[in-house]
Amino acid sequence: MSGVGSTEPPRSEGAGFAGAGAEAVLHVEDLSVRFETDDGPVHAVDRLSFSLEEGEVLGVVGESGCGKSVTFMSLLRLLPETAVVTGRAAFRGVDLIAASTAKLRRVRGREIAFVFQEPMTSLNPAFTVGNQIGEVLRRHLGMSRRAACGRAIELLDLVRIPVAARRVDEYPHQLSGGMRQRVMIAMALACDPKVLIADEPTTALDVTIQAGILDLMRDIRERLGTSIVLITHNLGVVADIADRVIVMYAGRKAEEAPVHELYARPQHPYTIGLLGAVPRPGAARRLQEIPGRVPSLAEPPTACAFAPRCPRADDVTRSTVPELREIEPRHLVACFHPGPSP
Amino acid sequence: MNDTPVLEVVDLVKHFPLGGLGMRGVVHAVDGVSFSIAPGELLGLVGESGSGKSTVANCVIRLLEPTSGSIRLQGRDITHLSRRELRPLRRNMHMVFQDPYSSLDPRMTCGQIVAEPLVVQRLLSGRAVDERVAELFDRVGLRAEIRHRYPHELSGGQRQRIGLARALAVSPQLLVADEPVSALDVSVQASILNLLRELQEDLGFSCLFITHDLATVEYLCDRVAVMYLGQIVELAPTAELFAAPKHPYTQALLSAAVVPDPVEQRARVRIVLEGDVPSPIEPPSGCRFRTRCPFEPRSAPESHGREPPLVEVAPGHHVACHLVRFGGEGPRPAEAAQAAT
Repeated sequence: MSGVGSTEPPRSEGAGFAGAGAEAVLHVEDLSVRFETDDGPVHAVDRLSFSLEEGEVLGVVGESGCGKSVTFMSLLRLLPETAVVTGRAAFRGVDLIAASTAKLRRVRGREIAFVFQEPMTSLNPAFTVGNQIGEVLRRHLGMSRRAACGRAIELLDLVRIPVAARRVDEYPHQLSGGMRQRVMIAMALACDPKVLIADEPTTALDVTIQAGILDLMRDIRERLGTSIVLITHNLGVVADIADRVIVMYAGRKAEEAPVHELYARPQHPYTIGLLGAVPRPGAARRLQEIPGRVPSLAEPPTACAFAPRCPRADDVTRSTVPELREIEPRHLVACFHPGPSP
Repeated sequence: MNDTPVLEVVDLVKHFPLGGLGMRGVVHAVDGVSFSIAPGELLGLVGESGSGKSTVANCVIRLLEPTSGSIRLQGRDITHLSRRELRPLRRNMHMVFQDPYSSLDPRMTCGQIVAEPLVVQRLLSGRAVDERVAELFDRVGLRAEIRHRYPHELSGGQRQRIGLARALAVSPQLLVADEPVSALDVSVQASILNLLRELQEDLGFSCLFITHDLATVEYLCDRVAVMYLGQIVELAPTAELFAAPKHPYTQALLSAAVVPDPVEQRARVRIVLEGDVPSPIEPPSGCRFRTRCPFEPRSAPESHGREPPLVEVAPGHHVACHLVRFGGEGPRPAEAAQAAT
């Protein structure tokens, strides 16, 4: 019967999807994004390199303005024309940055799909849910109207929307926030993409609804083998679902590591600061603060961007940009003085 | 000090009539909420969107007039006072809003914003106002020159500090804070929460703290009230509520919160609630949580016919559930799966 809950058994530790030797689906190198504004350029992303492995969930964490969303929007050319994007992004033999618009259009939405934060503004209020999912299928896969409708119901079923056959004819306003986000995910999965990029998919939702969406993403990864990029500011969400984590600060990668390694042995003072800032059971009475504020991105960096806020800053940090170093296998950190907090 | 509660809310009800052509019915935003806050106490009011927590705050601060019930501020009934009658009492309670971008007047300097309550209340004048404002800026950790800046020049965290300074300008007995940190980044949240705690310890005001974030409540509050669909389902001292939640909804809510530790997080047993929150226009009969409750088969038919009252089941621990008896434990989450089959 509906309306009853179920208890999940504890999930197994570190599902072995993203082994060290796994294939990279997406490989980004030296990605920079600059916005030309009336007040001069803004260097939103600075020489970022990373790869996304087959079937892995990659968490990208950072605070507002760190460039986490811009990075992925730039890959799919979703940014306004004031953005200047340079670098390389290899996806199944195509360089997304250099590709023609026509070529990119075959990738976008079909092989790499995006789920945005705000499900209400991303859905068109004037069309039914089925119509909107159907549009994706007709456009990308050339399905007939009838076939698209049938597939839309299947997709709603896949994202565990009850009574999908009826829901398919409803309008977005008739659905709750959690249901709308499920519809967005269904739409993103319509063409069976290799990569799903979810930008703060649970931020606008309540915790009990968030839990369901995270379960769904786990399920999708396991059943379809989709690689997932999860962009979020929530360290708890990343701890729940990610295999590997990138911490971004001021348009650069501060730290990158497998999830257990990152939480157990954070090296960058910014990562350590973020983890200490979250209230948690049995924590010290005072939360750790990170003094100061995020730097302006008007100038290309000439020093460590975190130096003005960093307890470990010295003359070197204030005059040289730290490069990423691998201090453990797969654990990268961009800091002159990495290590656990004293 | 006397023992009169700073705030006493009894059976608060707030219904909003549905507007619009051909629309009938009322939104049952708050339905019979009672609690009190002792001097110097921080009470957390937790719930998900639509649970009515902000409506409670707006009634307490009398931005809304309650449909029925009573609100007493330091023993004085303020439920139906007019705006004029309320004005002198405004120095006893103040509010900090969620969004520091829209809750500060963009045409006033930050100094004027903080000084306004002092001037309106005619507590101070002339140079004394300036001195008090300077003191407040210092208190909330803002540099003095920010007094001459406008809100749009400040970061979110700085704006929320302005909001706090303004609220504390008249030294209120009661601070009502509606999601004061949810719009801020994690590292900024930490500094505002630390500040709020320091100020409370130094100044000793009482606080009604409204949030959807359980970790914040656990960090900050003495007692917690959990709301669901316009009613309080559980009210208990913080440590007790987090250690041994008795109401099935509280249990589900706590189990769904994410912990920033992969080892702990992945070992957690999660109670998944099926379905959506019912409409507050036509709430379910009897227990409002029964449509999503994992233990519904056990509590039926009683839960369909009768609303469970909020009763004290252990000293200071109140629960509104047919399955929790005096001195008893709540249903065990592990039983949820069995109860469901």
